[in-house]
Amino acid sequence: MENTSRITTRRMQSVWKKNVSDNLQKKTRPTEAIIQAFLFFCGVVSVLTTIGIVFELGKEAWLFFGNPDISVIEFLTGTEWQPKIGNFGVLPLLSSTLITSLIAMVVALPIGIATAIFLSEYATPKTRTILKPILEILAGVPTVVYGYFALTFMTPLLRSLFGNNTVDVYNMASAGLVMGIMILPLISSMSEDALSAVPRSLREAAYALGATKLETAVQIVFPAALSGIIAAFIIGISRAVGETMIVAVAAGSGPNFTFNPFEAAETMTGYIARISGGDLSYNTPDYNSIFAIGLLLFLVTLGLNFLSRAVSGRFREVYE
Amino acid sequence: MSQSDTHLFGEYSNDAVKHLVHQRHSRAKLARAIFRTATLLAVIFLATLLVTVLNKSMGYVVIQNKVDPATISDQPITQLTNAELAEILRTNLRKNRVRTLERAGFLEDQPHSTLVQLVQAEIIQPEVVESYNLMPSLLHRNQITAGAAVEHPGAHVEFRYWLNGQFLSNTMASQPELAGVRSALFGSLYLIVITVAVAFPIGVGAAIYLEEYASHNSRINRLIQTNIDNLAGVPSIVYGILGLALFVRTLQPLTSGAVFGIEGQNGRTILSAGLTMALLVLPILIINAQEAIRSVPDSLRQASYGVGATRWQTIWYHVLPNALPGILTGTILAVSRAIGETAPLIVVGASTFITSDPTSPFSSFTALPIQIYNWTTRPQPAFQHIAAAAILVLLVALLSLNAAAILLRNRFAKQV
Amino acid sequence: MEQQNNHYAIETRGLNIFYGDFQAVKDISLKFERNRITAIIGPSGCGKSTVLRSFNRMNDFVPSARATGEVLYHDKNIYDPSIDPVQLRRMIGMVFQKPNPFPKSIYDNIAWGAKVNGFRGNTDDLVEETLRSAALWEEVKDDLKKSALALSGGQQQRLCIARALAVRPEIILMDEPCSALDPIATLKIEDLMRELSQNYTIIIVTHNMQQAARASDFTSFFTMDTDRAGVMVEFNETAQIFTKPKDQRTEDYITGRFG
Repeated sequence: MENTSRITTRRMQSVWKKNVSDNLQKKTRPTEAIIQAFLFFCGVVSVLTTIGIVFELGKEAWLFFGNPDISVIEFLTGTEWQPKIGNFGVLPLLSSTLITSLIAMVVALPIGIATAIFLSEYATPKTRTILKPILEILAGVPTVVYGYFALTFMTPLLRSLFGNNTVDVYNMASAGLVMGIMILPLISSMSEDALSAVPRSLREAAYALGATKLETAVQIVFPAALSGIIAAFIIGISRAVGETMIVAVAAGSGPNFTFNPFEAAETMTGYIARISGGDLSYNTPDYNSIFAIGLLLFLVTLGLNFLSRAVSGRFREVYE
Repeated sequence: MSQSDTHLFGEYSNDAVKHLVHQRHSRAKLARAIFRTATLLAVIFLATLLVTVLNKSMGYVVIQNKVDPATISDQPITQLTNAELAEILRTNLRKNRVRTLERAGFLEDQPHSTLVQLVQAEIIQPEVVESYNLMPSLLHRNQITAGAAVEHPGAHVEFRYWLNGQFLSNTMASQPELAGVRSALFGSLYLIVITVAVAFPIGVGAAIYLEEYASHNSRINRLIQTNIDNLAGVPSIVYGILGLALFVRTLQPLTSGAVFGIEGQNGRTILSAGLTMALLVLPILIINAQEAIRSVPDSLRQASYGVGATRWQTIWYHVLPNALPGILTGTILAVSRAIGETAPLIVVGASTFITSDPTSPFSSFTALPIQIYNWTTRPQPAFQHIAAAAILVLLVALLSLNAAAILLRNRFAKQV
Repeated sequence: MEQQNNHYAIETRGLNIFYGDFQAVKDISLKFERNRITAIIGPSGCGKSTVLRSFNRMNDFVPSARATGEVLYHDKNIYDPSIDPVQLRRMIGMVFQKPNPFPKSIYDNIAWGAKVNGFRGNTDDLVEETLRSAALWEEVKDDLKKSALALSGGQQQRLCIARALAVRPEIILMDEPCSALDPIATLKIEDLMRELSQNYTIIIVTHNMQQAARASDFTSFFTMDTDRAGVMVEFNETAQIFTKPKDQRTEDYITGRFG
């Protein structure tokens, strides 16, 4: 055995290059370098996308505000959006966005949090395996289907409840309520993550003192998970603000500065969809206005997302 | 109250504690009921949604035909051959009309479904004068038949599944009775192919770079990560606006095919839309792929490096094959998201009325969600029915995709 | 063919390794004799594995790791920028603490390393030869296509040894190779080491003093200094270390007074 293994070793060794110290010299491996460059480029594409968004939105918005009839102040504070007569106040669109989003949160927040508490504190594993997929399905339904639902179910429902005279065919409430249903799974899953992250030892300490499940859940676990839940709330608003199809179908077309949720009022996103879906000639105020409003939308949602991450970041520090 | 009781409870009087405990328990029961109800509400919402769609997707219709099909042929139209259908068209239409129709080719050579649709649109011209949802159809059958006999003599009442074979094979038409989703389906399909072809390599490449090459704490890595997280939260319509400015307008020579010699097309093509959707799903894909790569155990990499493999050899032969199930699942999720997105397509310029199937990346296009949007916003009640039918098609597609993803996940989880 | 003028396969001179600001090992100077088994023993945390991993530059994969001093191999400092770490790792092989075969067949586990390193011989012969050298051939010869993950722990570790042998290293580093194995599998590996040392230089880090005493020719004892950096206390023939240790700390360790 000894002799044969030494011989085979020598034979095998000769199959590779002979000069050992040459072997060790640093090899240039061009394929490796090319591949690495390509992969780096892929990583950078996402940065380019952000730059692209900011650049394109900014550029056209700049053109929009370059028009002597339009000033930034009037844009942000004007209450009339009538391009034909030169009024470019964004408040009607903004208020509609806010009202629909708020209505959505009134639905999504309590139900979402209650569902999260149920799933994380009360539900058996079997129940959870049934309920979580249902929530995932709710989250996966395309928004245009929710829009259909708003128009064909929610609006007739509201009209029969409150009367055809109170509730318009297109109204903010209908869209807002259905948006709430759409956002509900998001709030629920984020809140549930926040609740689950609270260490089990905290719950056990409470139980050991003789507290009921309710008391533990509401007075111990929930406050401990609060930052995560607030983060979920902010993300929910961000989703609602950016949502297009539900409001495009059910909330109405045509800006309307009102606080009555039963009236039709176009949101920022609905406006963008309407204008870009029609005849569009480049370099008109209408065309440029899409970008100005798009920029506003982008900045608002970006700000909300940053805020949410800041809030939940603080939360993570406490437990890790 | 015995001595031992006071000893046990100390300052807590026995009766007061008992009463309090009872109160707390009933409060707890109430709260649990509330939480359960809330969760139930979520289930009810989903059920209501599905029922609404199903309800509108079938029911009785009262159809008035301009020309009774029985006078044209004793067999159902769909069972006639191309030759027979062509014959019917020639005998019943004016020569000019026939000539216009034959611009796309001889009548006999056109696809069967097109001929059927032509016979119906041009000759029979059915009109849905009344339509009913499923619930009323089941409950008030007799009233419906009776009512139709009175108000629409000469029309016939039939139970119609709005989602049927013809719906899938017909193209868009201005009458809801004859409209179908064929061009929309093809449009969506083309769109997804381009989206995945662009987003998959870039997304997986970025994930590999972030996980295997860039040091996890370097500034560049963290910058790219934060950036990707932000992009995942940007509203989809903003991506549409970017696509409009960048792909439709600035890159028009490329996306309209002018660079390749194609004339007469603007930038509102499948290519523009596909590129826009690729940017949209890129963040999701990257995040999922990263997670899949991260879950490959480090000992595998060490073993590979230990025998003298290079970094790329380690990634290609060991990391990627083991991360592939997770990456594929992530891709399927990204595709499900892309199929249902409407807003970016509206902004990029999906056509709402297209009767021909897309032939190349440089064609104008429509997509399934666009069709749904379009039909939902039309006033005639029959459009609501076909919108429901289209929604069913979309939901079935999504269900299959997600089922495939779950199967994939389970199958590969077992192997390890 | 090879220059055998050097008695030592690899040696370190004044090796210091840092993780960021923390010094893991201080001023290690060791010489490892060719075709002998050298064991590195000592209590947990004194940098034994760190030193071992510095020999095939596996520490390169830890971003904060940094080495000063020299590790001389074939008259060159392996940390010199002109040295190719990929090739280095072919020539200095490693067996890990927990067996980590590739999730491939037994055959492919061995064949793959050879393939990526440009092997131009008969792969079937290579697989058989390395499996024989690793004392695993008889147990797996009937089904080389079987998944490596279906083998027992001891068999997997021997497969990992065969895999390392397939790329023809000169030195084999073993990082506590038996700590995840049962005593019988452990003994098999120790016998294997003895066989292998005829053709390869073996450096093994072990927690198991009896193993070091049984299986090695030379032993080096490490401990932790007051500033938590690892230092080498004593190096000698194994028999000497275990019967007549020169340093009190060595004696305390091997008699079980601490560690």
